[in-house]
Amino acid sequence: MFQIRVHGRGGQGVVTAAEMLSVAAFEEGRHAQAFPSFGSERTGAPVVAFCRISDKEIRSREPVIEPDAVIIQDATLLHQIDIFAGLKPEGFVLLNSQRSLQELGLADLLKGRRPERFCTLPATELGLKHIGRPIPNVPLIAGFAALSGTIRLESVILAINEKFKGKVAKGNIAAAEEAYLLVGQMIQEAAKC
Amino acid sequence: MLKQIEGSKAVAEAIGLCRPEVICAYPISPQTHIVEALGEMVKSGELTPCEFINVESEFAAMSVAIGASAAGARAYTATASQGLLFMAEAVYNASGLGLPIVMTVANRAIGAPINIWNDHSDSLSQRDSGWMQLFAETNQEAVDLHIQAFRLAEELSMPIMVCMDGFILTHAFERVDIPSQQQVDAYLPPFEPRQVLDPAEPVSIGAMVGPEAFMEVRYLAHAKQMQALELIPQLAAEFKERFNRDSGGLVRTYCIEDAETVIIAMGSVLGTIKDTVDEMRAEGHKIGVLGIISYRPFPLEQVRRALLSCRRFLVLEKSLAVGMGGIVATDVRMAVTGAGLKGYTAIAGLGGRPILKSSLHALFRRAQAEALPPVTFLDLDWDVVNKQLARERTTRRSGPVAENILYDKGIVSAKFG
Repeated sequence: MFQIRVHGRGGQGVVTAAEMLSVAAFEEGRHAQAFPSFGSERTGAPVVAFCRISDKEIRSREPVIEPDAVIIQDATLLHQIDIFAGLKPEGFVLLNSQRSLQELGLADLLKGRRPERFCTLPATELGLKHIGRPIPNVPLIAGFAALSGTIRLESVILAINEKFKGKVAKGNIAAAEEAYLLVGQMIQEAAKC
Repeated sequence: MLKQIEGSKAVAEAIGLCRPEVICAYPISPQTHIVEALGEMVKSGELTPCEFINVESEFAAMSVAIGASAAGARAYTATASQGLLFMAEAVYNASGLGLPIVMTVANRAIGAPINIWNDHSDSLSQRDSGWMQLFAETNQEAVDLHIQAFRLAEELSMPIMVCMDGFILTHAFERVDIPSQQQVDAYLPPFEPRQVLDPAEPVSIGAMVGPEAFMEVRYLAHAKQMQALELIPQLAAEFKERFNRDSGGLVRTYCIEDAETVIIAMGSVLGTIKDTVDEMRAEGHKIGVLGIISYRPFPLEQVRRALLSCRRFLVLEKSLAVGMGGIVATDVRMAVTGAGLKGYTAIAGLGGRPILKSSLHALFRRAQAEALPPVTFLDLDWDVVNKQLARERTTRRSGPVAENILYDKGIVSAKFG
């Protein structure tokens, strides 16, 4: 079972990101469960959503306590809550930021962990560029696909086409493709270090 | 057709397949997505003929459902929490009149303190209303139970609540097999009412009944629920034949054949419990699970049979009879009267408190060791409880409890200055 926790703020499509991850996994014939942290959501307030992916039926309904991956849609949350709580030693982290982990003062996080599993992605900028809105969720799930290899880019595109239509779908697919490429390059470089 | 779909949307699609003729509802979290989706289906013409009636309150929602059902329409509504309480008088009328309305309850806590999250207090507060209550374990089962519910309700001419955990199920995306219209049509025939307001054959529905006949009307309501005990397994068996899925029935057992300890629960927490039990089984613990699907009617005989070979049982319930303990546990203990079993109650998950596998492991081990008090409150924060109790002992004007506890937990500053 692979468990993902998505952090963000109300209005950033955090719940939608978890749902689309589950749809992408479903498209690959796997079992998936996505659910929000059930807060009374308000624009700007911290929001958490979860996604589990498994080859077997998923029965547990507890929140994800020990994630295999954490996706962070808003870097300002780093100062507010313990984003990395419970993250497994081999876990993946994808953070929405134009700056690197070192520039963000998060180099400590990399100690004893595999650097190619930590990545930042300018997802808001990709959203603005391709969709015309500062919504980072789709670039992040495509970036997550590249980072973790848990789901394929094609499955993310299927999930996009299920969720959006026409121009919006097209823009999201372009954003996803660029995000996938960028993260792919970054982890290759990180692996060399 | 297999879909990765939100629970609420899946239930809305299932309701659509049941061809309701009148849907009336007032939005309340966490039920809202269900009636929103149905409203869209009616507006787009996907669900026709069907009238979607916007009402001004839950009391009106149930009253409209009563009127629609009495006029011979297949009627559906959905609610939760305070919404269910607000319609309570009409809830009793629907069952007292014997009208086969199907209502989804997206289970949610009841205030005060106001809380939008999941527990079973709302539908259990209507325990004695005369409505049948079926609890879904998964979104697949929520879909399937609704289809069975219309059959059951109309066969007996009695209303049913299909209960699904608010947020945990209603807002979860998971794999659900949505049946085809042909499959549902073959299982669920058009509504043929036992009583109907028909100008061609005029009757009145809702007579005043005095002491000479009231007991008989009440007894017949009870007798119908006793009939439901026979009918529910039959309908589940027929459902399995047509849809090739185990869904519904009165109870469901898991690993109980050689179990010395049996955990009893209702709804979606059964999934987390089964995962915990699998892990304990792998370590050699003789532990099993009994899921109760039909809370009303309560399957005393089936519960007794499932428990007779165990040594002890633990009822884990998302409800609390204040001043007494467990609500479901009371019924379970009634079922095993005289069997000499050790019985424990755990109150868990009130107001959406997450029920964690780690907590269940510890709880189940204590049950096995017979080291539990009769009633346990899972993951209760004793520090804040004791602090408030001390405050009340020492200060006359100790203030509002909820605000004090939030303050103690550092969640909000409830005091000024």
